[in-house]
Amino acid sequence: MTQSTEEFSIVGKPLTKPDAFAKVSGQTKFADDLALPRMLYGRILRSPHPHARILHVDTDRARALPGVLAVLTGDDLPVKFGILPVSQDEEALAREKVRYVGDPIAAVAASDEWIADEALDLIEMQFQELPHVMSIEQAIAADGEPIHGSSNVHKAVALEFGDTEDAMRTADHVREDVVFFEGNTHLPMEQHAAVAQYAADGKLTLWTSSQTPHYVHRALGKVLEMPMSRIRVVATPNGGGFGGKSDIFSHELVAAKLAIVTGRPVKITLTREEVFYAHRGRHPVLMKVRTGFTRDGRIRAMQFQSFLDGGGYGSYGVASTYYTGALQATTYAIPRYRFEGVRLFTNKPPCGPKRGHGTPQPRFALETHFDKVAEELGLDPVELRLRNLPNPDSKTVNWLRITSCGLEDCISKVVAGSRFLDRRTSMPAGRGLGFAVSSYLSGAGTAIYWNDMPHSEVQLKLDRNGGVALLCGAIDIGQGSDHILAAIVAEVLGVALEDIQLTTADTDLTPIDLGSYSSRVTFMAGNAAKAAAEKVRDRLFEAAARALRCDGDELIARGHRIFRRNRPVDGMSFAQAVQLAETEHGVVTGTGSYTPPKLAGPYKGSGVGPSPAYSYSAAVVEVDCDEKTGEVKVTEVWVAHDIGRAINPMLVIGQVEGSVYMALGEALMEEQVFRLGLHKFPSLLEYKSPTALEAPVMHTYLVETIDREGPFGAKEAGQGPLLPVIPAVANAVYNALGVRIDEIPITPDKVLKALSDKSRRVGPKSVPVFAFPALITADVPDEWKGK
Amino acid sequence: MSIADRVAVHLRVNGEDMAVMVAPYKTLLEVLREDLALTGTKHGCELGECSTCGVLVDGRPFLSCLAMPLDLEGREITTIEGMAAGREPHPLQVAFAELGAAQCGYCTPAMLLTAKALLDRDPDPSREAIKEALAGVLCRCTGYLKIFEAVELAAARNGVKPREP
Repeated sequence: MTQSTEEFSIVGKPLTKPDAFAKVSGQTKFADDLALPRMLYGRILRSPHPHARILHVDTDRARALPGVLAVLTGDDLPVKFGILPVSQDEEALAREKVRYVGDPIAAVAASDEWIADEALDLIEMQFQELPHVMSIEQAIAADGEPIHGSSNVHKAVALEFGDTEDAMRTADHVREDVVFFEGNTHLPMEQHAAVAQYAADGKLTLWTSSQTPHYVHRALGKVLEMPMSRIRVVATPNGGGFGGKSDIFSHELVAAKLAIVTGRPVKITLTREEVFYAHRGRHPVLMKVRTGFTRDGRIRAMQFQSFLDGGGYGSYGVASTYYTGALQATTYAIPRYRFEGVRLFTNKPPCGPKRGHGTPQPRFALETHFDKVAEELGLDPVELRLRNLPNPDSKTVNWLRITSCGLEDCISKVVAGSRFLDRRTSMPAGRGLGFAVSSYLSGAGTAIYWNDMPHSEVQLKLDRNGGVALLCGAIDIGQGSDHILAAIVAEVLGVALEDIQLTTADTDLTPIDLGSYSSRVTFMAGNAAKAAAEKVRDRLFEAAARALRCDGDELIARGHRIFRRNRPVDGMSFAQAVQLAETEHGVVTGTGSYTPPKLAGPYKGSGVGPSPAYSYSAAVVEVDCDEKTGEVKVTEVWVAHDIGRAINPMLVIGQVEGSVYMALGEALMEEQVFRLGLHKFPSLLEYKSPTALEAPVMHTYLVETIDREGPFGAKEAGQGPLLPVIPAVANAVYNALGVRIDEIPITPDKVLKALSDKSRRVGPKSVPVFAFPALITADVPDEWKGK
Repeated sequence: MSIADRVAVHLRVNGEDMAVMVAPYKTLLEVLREDLALTGTKHGCELGECSTCGVLVDGRPFLSCLAMPLDLEGREITTIEGMAAGREPHPLQVAFAELGAAQCGYCTPAMLLTAKALLDRDPDPSREAIKEALAGVLCRCTGYLKIFEAVELAAARNGVKPREP
């Protein structure tokens, strides 16, 4: 790891983030903490049926209740919307059909929440129930009315890079595995909330706990049929997001409409139960992976199939589908690759992006598959990975451009730290070690709606006393994006973090940032912040150089001063330089933008997967299993992450530790499951997540590869480190007990079942018969030709 | 429920006596947030499972979402707004800020108050005692480790030597 602290004043240091003291004092204003004069409370009536035609909604009695100021039904908001341009299939309030228990149907605004609740009870509804489908297999086989359109298939894709069948024939060893990853949900501690205000001048403001205020802004304009210039969206600090607040939600549109109808501010805060229905969480995915290897463990070809259980609407599902097939080849050098994926509609809350979006499931499939292959080839699992490492500065067979790659370093760190190779063959009874690796995006290379504009923009305005106003559309969801922006600007301008005044995520005031999703903010908003700061710095240098009678390029900015590098006494305070520049040119401002390079490969479907840089991670997990109860306890985790450069190592380690925690919850206990069309446990009482007592000992290693395109060389940290942990747990359970749990989560009942079963395995045996579309065959990049 | 049915509630919160007219079925959480504008106390689950709504009553952790204010007249209630001594943040608040133990900050008020109750009774807790004390408060961001470390740092700064984890 290169030491980054000497070169910089702020970058690379574990400094306290700018919003930390507000957070520890309870002063941070989350959306539900907002209260406006004359504010009303909104509530939403939701479907009690998983699949039904709406015959009649009668709101007369609700409207007549004293204290009720407005009641809405689907006809009040008839314009459809969706986060992806290709999936505009949602309605703020369902008009003809409901597609899952919890689908919004009607809404009320009242003077208090109790009255609003009472009014919901007075709305009379009649339904014609339809057969519901609750699994991948049922969705494919169903002969009843499809959930949307003419079939339950939302999206089916089939891509091939080179001739995989031909390459399989040249392989010495071919193995096929079928595994399943159950769905689970984000469970942010903060329930989604939105407050809308419609002012007398016809301007609408929405404060919302959203990771993607820009997309909410666009959807409000579309659904309310209002110009976006009359709408202001302010994202409030998110009390946890993890992907769960990156869609457009019914309550945001409904709160806005209720505010317009009543002329009074309206707040809607979801209950915890409603958060489970809002969902957009981890897709349940059934997968088949088939890989051909040479005798010495080199991959010849891979064929991967995924079946996604999408829930009732499209959401991010098209992207999710592609993501289940995209990052196989950024992690391993795969010469020939086929991917077939299908997302099916089911009568469940819609799935979408959760930390790792579409990639933890295939990562589980791949890393357990490789563990089995290593055993069959007589190689240790580390050696098998080392023989298939991707190259830095290369293109994958599916045309993804890799810049920096620290995977090998990550592997050595965790293998050495855990003494994996020495210990794994001699663990005490019930104890085991597992290993896995992964890669992830530093921001999606293409915007959700295709365009050539920047993905991130930052504006700076300096004041005469040396203060710096920083405006950016990015929203802090706890990951520390406010700190990253401030740190980068403070570093370039040579001022302190405290000198930076942040205004973020306000569509009236701040230039665009596409949102806190796809691990993009440090990389993209960071690059925009750096560009803006450099522009402003150059103006200050120009003014200062004139006064100091030297060249601008002799100057540096550091410690609130601008001075000659070789004669530090020749200089002036930062504020003096601002005053000189302002005297010459007026207000000192600067903007910076970041547009990722065009990286999509020459084939249809190439828009999902490209990123300006990939992070890499490796993990070793130690488990202690109880053969009598089937309980698996994770006692220790070693995780290494190629961060490019840590702008703030303390925040990076926080992201890594949080990712490991979330992975362990998914690996061992969290699942969003249903019975008779109903969510089995939409509450924190029964949806289990790890507590402080389950926290293992964790060793985090940061690997710095100084990526050439990242700001100061930085890459992502928020999602990648989750990925290797889940399969490492499964591999550790195998090491401990000799059983394969090919189905996430690894719950005690599955462990006991595997222990008592002849096959020593629990998991799916096959995938359903499904006619994938004809393969789109793409040429392989030059470096893979003839391999 | 009409306004005429509201009842007067007298509470002592953060050392101040407060009186409000509220519907008698409102929970302490609702009264704190909606009637006293003490929004530092958060809600997470509505059924006493996540402890996000945790406050201190007579110095002990207490779930405000399950408590009726009328039952708490005469008791000493402490919320996050009352944790600092005037403008001086509590050592736990400083340690949480410095070590990055607050990511999104939503569970932080309850986590801090629960940790304060622990340190008030055991100024030099072991890692196991910290885990035990905080086990009821759910955090989805941090993986808890930085929280443990911050509690240990605050304990150390209170003049007690930190123990090896």
